[in-house]
Amino acid sequence: MAHLALFLAVAAFVHAAPPVLRLATTTSTEDSGLLAAILPAFEKACACRVDVIAVGTGQALEIARRGDADVVLVHSRIAEDQFVREHHARERRDVMYNDFVIVGPADDPARVASTALASDAFAGIARATATFVSRGDKSGTESAEKAVWAAAKISPAGAAWYRSLGQGMGETLVTANEQRAYTLADRGTWLSMRQRLPELRLLVGGATLADNRDPTLHNQYGVMAVNPDQHPGVNFALAGRFVDWLVSPATQRAIGEFGRQKFGQSLFYPNAARRER
Amino acid sequence: MSADLLTEFARPELVAIVGLTLRVTGTALFIACLVGVPLGAMLGLVRFRGQRLVTLTLYTGMGLPPVVVGLFVYMLLSRSGPFGALQWLFTPAGMIVAQTIIAFPLVAALTMSAVAGVDRAVHAQVFALGASRVQNAWTVVREARVGVTAAIVAAFGAAISEVGAVMLVGGNVQGQTRVLTTAIVLFTRQGDFAMAMALGIVLIVIAFAANLLLLRLQGRLGER
Repeated sequence: MAHLALFLAVAAFVHAAPPVLRLATTTSTEDSGLLAAILPAFEKACACRVDVIAVGTGQALEIARRGDADVVLVHSRIAEDQFVREHHARERRDVMYNDFVIVGPADDPARVASTALASDAFAGIARATATFVSRGDKSGTESAEKAVWAAAKISPAGAAWYRSLGQGMGETLVTANEQRAYTLADRGTWLSMRQRLPELRLLVGGATLADNRDPTLHNQYGVMAVNPDQHPGVNFALAGRFVDWLVSPATQRAIGEFGRQKFGQSLFYPNAARRER
Repeated sequence: MSADLLTEFARPELVAIVGLTLRVTGTALFIACLVGVPLGAMLGLVRFRGQRLVTLTLYTGMGLPPVVVGLFVYMLLSRSGPFGALQWLFTPAGMIVAQTIIAFPLVAALTMSAVAGVDRAVHAQVFALGASRVQNAWTVVREARVGVTAAIVAAFGAAISEVGAVMLVGGNVQGQTRVLTTAIVLFTRQGDFAMAMALGIVLIVIAFAANLLLLRLQGRLGER
């Protein structure tokens, strides 16, 4: 009886629907508005629907690892290579990049505004014991942040001025704004949200990506179709089509154009043509 | 700010979000009541071995954190889980399963209390009139209907306001599984407080309307 009722209620939702591609991706691609801008073209071309599950890179890969997504678009090279090594994907393709920047309170108590290298800035923040908020959610941004701390030879975990939030990029920026704290952010999310963050300034990374003098702040995005040998349930054909579409010249151009009018600069720079290094 | 807020209500996305919220919670509540009210009534009427254990389980279920229910349902519905073949993860169907599990113990336990609270004299009276067992049960449940209605509204409130389970199981997919609570989380994350507030107000209005409906029902039923 209970099962029948459940079945009937649920069956009401399962009507004839177009094929669905499940894309697990990071909050930055969704929150910046990039996916909303480019995905309709793909949905039209393939007569399908793309369901976007926007979480941190760590969670996105975990969802795919269980076979619950068909394709992943994330930004943590080490974790992506691991994913391919475990045969959850056959290959990984470069899609686009932007960069990370350090933002902090306008009065800059740790005096990092003139610093070129992120690791020097982090060392200054640690010296001044100025409040720093970290994503703390195993996202691509957090792994980039960890690499910078390692380069600065500092382990901030446990320090009173270091706060690990376990939140997405937007929430972390909002928290930094409220607590007048420093944080590492991807430029795309920063640009799309800066209007609502009056207490914060971009301190390290330069006004545009071209001005960023620290190569370790490079933020590369990669796409991987989930391997059907490991996860027979995935829609590999559609995922493959999505990957091809994402790295195609037309889509790459659209990615580069996105945000230029609104922000005066691109939020993401396409680089799919470049072969694997 | 108030003008800002007004324009938020005009967004077409909001209508879709409210519609899905009512659809998911409404369906979950319907299933929870279909099973929970008869079970609760039975538990309130009959004495049997192991009843304390069942009661204890229901009371524990009332306090289950939604996020734990979400994690549990996620594992079951994942393609690597036992019910992966259904492909219900990140769909409204999966969200309905999660909210049903959240609403069910509330419906059953509160119905049980209401029915058990009905004066035993009514019981005896009905039996004296020569009613059958089923007729007897029905009469007692009717007597407890104010409490049963309260159980249903409490379950509705718990289901529509929870965020942990629907976020995990639904994935907050735009136009597909985005409900009021997960949308509030998203817009807050993006710093879009005006939209988040607008959705919060809608949620409160829905809760208010549900309670108003309950009060009216109780008033009407109580007068008879």
